[in-house]
Amino acid sequence: MSGNAKDQILDFVRARYPQAEIDETQDIFALGFVNSLFAMELVMFIEKTFEVTIPNDELKIDNFRSATSMAELVDRLSPARV
Amino acid sequence: MTTLAETAPDVLRVTDRKSARAFVDTHIVPYADAYDRRGRVPEELLERMTAAGLWAPFLPRDTGGGGMDLVTLGEVHEEVGRGCSSVRSLLTVHTMVSWAVQRWGSPAQREQWVPALGRGDVLAAFCLSEPGAGSDASGIASNVVEKNGGWVLNGVKKWITNGQRADLFLVFARTATSIGAFLVPRDSPGVEVTPIEDMLGTRASMIAEISFRDVALGPDALLGPSGFTAGMVLTGTLDLGRYSVATGSVGIVQAALEACAAYASRRTVGGSLLKDLPLIQAKLSDMVTDARAARLLVAEAGRLKDAGEASTIMATWVAKYFASTAAARHASEAVQIHGANGCGHDYPVARLYRDAKVMEIIEGSNEIQRITIASQAEREII
Ligand SMILES: Cc1cc2nc3c(=O)[nH]c(=O)nc-3n(C[C@H](O)[C@H](O)[C@H](O)COP(=O)(O)OP(=O)(O)OC[C@H]3O[C@@H](n4cnc5c(N)ncnc54)[C@H](O)[C@@H]3O)c2cc1C
Repeated sequence: MSGNAKDQILDFVRARYPQAEIDETQDIFALGFVNSLFAMELVMFIEKTFEVTIPNDELKIDNFRSATSMAELVDRLSPARV
Repeated sequence: MTTLAETAPDVLRVTDRKSARAFVDTHIVPYADAYDRRGRVPEELLERMTAAGLWAPFLPRDTGGGGMDLVTLGEVHEEVGRGCSSVRSLLTVHTMVSWAVQRWGSPAQREQWVPALGRGDVLAAFCLSEPGAGSDASGIASNVVEKNGGWVLNGVKKWITNGQRADLFLVFARTATSIGAFLVPRDSPGVEVTPIEDMLGTRASMIAEISFRDVALGPDALLGPSGFTAGMVLTGTLDLGRYSVATGSVGIVQAALEACAAYASRRTVGGSLLKDLPLIQAKLSDMVTDARAARLLVAEAGRLKDAGEASTIMATWVAKYFASTAAARHASEAVQIHGANGCGHDYPVARLYRDAKVMEIIEGSNEIQRITIASQAEREII
């Protein structure tokens, strides 16, 4: 899994919620941060930053719970690197 | 029947602000007050808009669309809004639904709807508000239940722009777990459309109340994901609608400015032209400044959309808040500058005044805009 992707995602989430202490495995839904505006921003951020398109069947809550799960999603969607 | 689109495919084509301005000045501005009085946009104009490729020019070229970027789309909607907010409203809701199907639709849904939406063969309306729920979308009562592998929809939607005329409704309804978006053709059994007449503003936008009674829908009626991300279909669609309303609000400011600049250059009081009176100059200078500022905010939101930047969502809130309040303020001053003439039918400013008020209510009311913008204020710390 790409550590770089995880860091970039964490930076994005932290920039939105500077008052919160969030680590890579923390469930951001359980912390109560995610509203539909932020969910949309997250999807746009991931698609733009990692040049992927997230298909409807990957738009599941479990894929967005933590920086780790989002980075795994990015890995799955990215073309295989040689 | 031969349509305008077939007989004159290119000559009327709208591809940018300049061609939009020409289209609007020829086909909309001279008739907008009549649309307002009659409470509808005539089929002839809808057909001309089809011929001009105005309905959804941003759709990708491989779907038959024009691939127009969203900055240019905003400029086109501003021009239409300058001419007539009712027509711009029809474009707004059609844009929202077309975008949603393109963005969230399955390949089969896209194939079924996108080319027809792009051409304007199918006109769409966006159905979220209800008699008991507007600002608070989570309060909607319309619901679907799964049945025989499909869905059954019940509920009432209110204030639906183009509800009187649209062929396809994007309806938001409660599912067992969340809120989902459903594509409902107008001719589905159990759909009943009741026109709402005599609105304060955007009077020609053919608003309706629509009831859905045991409307049976196939499994392919659900648009986009279900569950938590279903909220994103709504957020994304409203974002584009908000952008369009922001651009239309700039159009209202521009129309107020143009009407006032012309009137103040002709009308004399006490031997002076209105335009030479300092208090009138103050109003005109504020219109000029706010038109430019609002246009820049809208263009920035559009640029961020084209770049796929997440920050476009907040940029759009800010642009819509600024532009809609500026439209209401300046349309009011435009009536003031016109005096009694501003209250009559001979000048467009009374219509602008009524239409501008609506901009402060739709696609996120002023209060909701302020709450949302304030809730993100810490992002602005630099
Ligand atoms: C001309 C027109 C066209 C429309 N077209 C459509 C359409 O095509 N599709 C559609 O779905 N809907 C449409 N609507 C409905 C529109 O989206 C709603 O009117 C809007 O969302 C506001 O909801 P409401 O009218 O129920 O007001 P309410 O939600 O009842 O709000 C009433 C007032 O309270 C304020 N308020 C609400 N919450 C708060 C708060 N937390 N704090 C402070 N103040 C608050 C609001 O800003 C408003 O001023 C249209 C409306 C109009 C007027």
